[in-house]
Amino acid sequence: MLEIRDLTVEASGRIILDSVKLTVRDGEKVLLLGPNGSGKSSLMQTIMGNPSYKILSGSIMFNGRDITGLSPEERARIGIGLIFQIPPKVKGVRLMDLIERIAKMRGIDLDEIRRKAEELRISHLLERDLNVGFSGGEMKKAELLIMLSQRPKLALIDEIDSGVDVESMEHVGSSLNGILSSDTSAIVVTHTGYISKYINADIAYVMLNGRIVCSGDPNSILDNIRREGFEACMSCKRAI
Amino acid sequence: MQKSYLMSILDKKAPYGIDIDVKKFIPAEALKLDEERLKEIGIDPDYSGPGTYYQVDSSVVKRASNVSGLKVTSFEELNDPELSWKLISPDQDKYTAAAALYGKGGYVVVVDEGVKVEKPVQTCLFMSAPGSLQAPHNIIIAKDNSEVSVFTGCTIMKEAVGLHVGITEFYVGRNARVNFLMIHSWNPDAHVRPRTAAIVEEGGQFVYHYVNISPVSSLQTYPKVRLVGRNARAHLSSVIVGKGNSNVDVGSEVSLEAPGTRAEIISRNVAMDRSTIFARARIIARAEGRGHTECMGLMLSEEANIVTIPELESSVKEAELTHEAAVGKLKEEEIYYLTSKGIERRDAISMLVRGFMRVDVELPPVLRKQVEFATAMAAGL
Repeated sequence: MLEIRDLTVEASGRIILDSVKLTVRDGEKVLLLGPNGSGKSSLMQTIMGNPSYKILSGSIMFNGRDITGLSPEERARIGIGLIFQIPPKVKGVRLMDLIERIAKMRGIDLDEIRRKAEELRISHLLERDLNVGFSGGEMKKAELLIMLSQRPKLALIDEIDSGVDVESMEHVGSSLNGILSSDTSAIVVTHTGYISKYINADIAYVMLNGRIVCSGDPNSILDNIRREGFEACMSCKRAI
Repeated sequence: MQKSYLMSILDKKAPYGIDIDVKKFIPAEALKLDEERLKEIGIDPDYSGPGTYYQVDSSVVKRASNVSGLKVTSFEELNDPELSWKLISPDQDKYTAAAALYGKGGYVVVVDEGVKVEKPVQTCLFMSAPGSLQAPHNIIIAKDNSEVSVFTGCTIMKEAVGLHVGITEFYVGRNARVNFLMIHSWNPDAHVRPRTAAIVEEGGQFVYHYVNISPVSSLQTYPKVRLVGRNARAHLSSVIVGKGNSNVDVGSEVSLEAPGTRAEIISRNVAMDRSTIFARARIIARAEGRGHTECMGLMLSEEANIVTIPELESSVKEAELTHEAAVGKLKEEEIYYLTSKGIERRDAISMLVRGFMRVDVELPPVLRKQVEFATAMAAGL
């Protein structure tokens, strides 16, 4: 599904991803762990095609096709979707304006999206300007709803568990479960690990200083990190 | 006023806008009504609302009213010197002088005391004859405790050169309300000089929203509203899209002349191509009242220009006047966000431009739909 080959990326004149290698198989759910500032979000943004991230070397293959030079909209169209850690506030564009357009492109029933909005308890946000005045949790739920209308083949989910209260986390977790059907691949980024209990992750990777340093069973890696913190990963013998 | 005196004004440059030789343009009888052009600005040629008025060039082609307490007629039929040129003087500038000398037609809407007209009156001023002057004199009178909405569309044949000088006088009675929506769609050879004034009595409300969606050679207007009665309110908003080589100079002025009056002037100005936009706003406090202006400019081209000129003037200690102005460009971060959701870059820009143009206007829902339609057209969606 996704193969990242030796990806080195610069942003604001600084190397933020250093020779990153990562493979995600069809239907595989990947947990991407790492402390703040380790490069997890930068990797998500680079896979999505954010023009602020300059690829210095390496490539991104998606279903056997080199997508390194594709625009974000082309990447979205071939099935990559991203839940932003911090989406921008877009004045004048309502949440529903965006969802209607996506649903139309994808041939998805709007009533179904409205039902999902109800489940997520954000029906009242549909006619509001995108993310303007939304709480942290509402922003994440709006992002989820947009992804529900996209139905991506590869879901990139960036820190959906930060800034969300415990009660909202239940709604977010179950909706996320709906998105991540058996044939959807996903990279789920988290630095707290809270979201992991809602995802049946197949493998976990740990990122430090722009590099992927470790991979393995999600539960044992999470246990280690909870016990010893990310510092322990620095000296991890299993580093790849 | 003496004809010779007014003729002497025809050569004097007006204070705002590029100078036009008004003598080059002459009134013409109706040539052709292009219904497709009307539909482009949301005018329904078969509209069967409470009142309608259509004028082509200098000819009145249709007028009707079918609600009791509402009269929709033409300026000539009204023929009441007591109700014309009271708020605007014929010698105000060369354009008002040309209208006073050569103007024909114009709609008159009169709503009787206490009558609330639910659906909008629809009026349309269409220009088709090449080189013509269209100078209708419109009068809207909402008597005490009445309410009326007027949707007016002004447009021109694609290839015609012309000068449009619409004189419009509004009289808003005590506790009356006028909702006015004007949509303009001209062509790159048209010159447009509307002259508008309103007077609002105690507790009256005047809501005015203007959208210009197409290229124009030059457009200059500066509606002036006087809030003369206690607690009178005015909300004036405009959405200006400068396309091609358009030279646009649009302002609004409100004077607060009684205690408790409130005014809001909002403008959204989008400069594309090689257009120039002057966005003016002036609030004058002569009594204890509140006023706010908000003047926003969006630059979509390196060759365009926006000048915002907000002015606040007060001679009263208790008045509160504020203004806000900003000129900028679209944020690349927002464009990327929308494209990352699968929206084409061009469409993402249109969505953002349309979003920028969205103004909260206190218009009835049916008129808000017309505003949505016009802004979508203007944003190129």
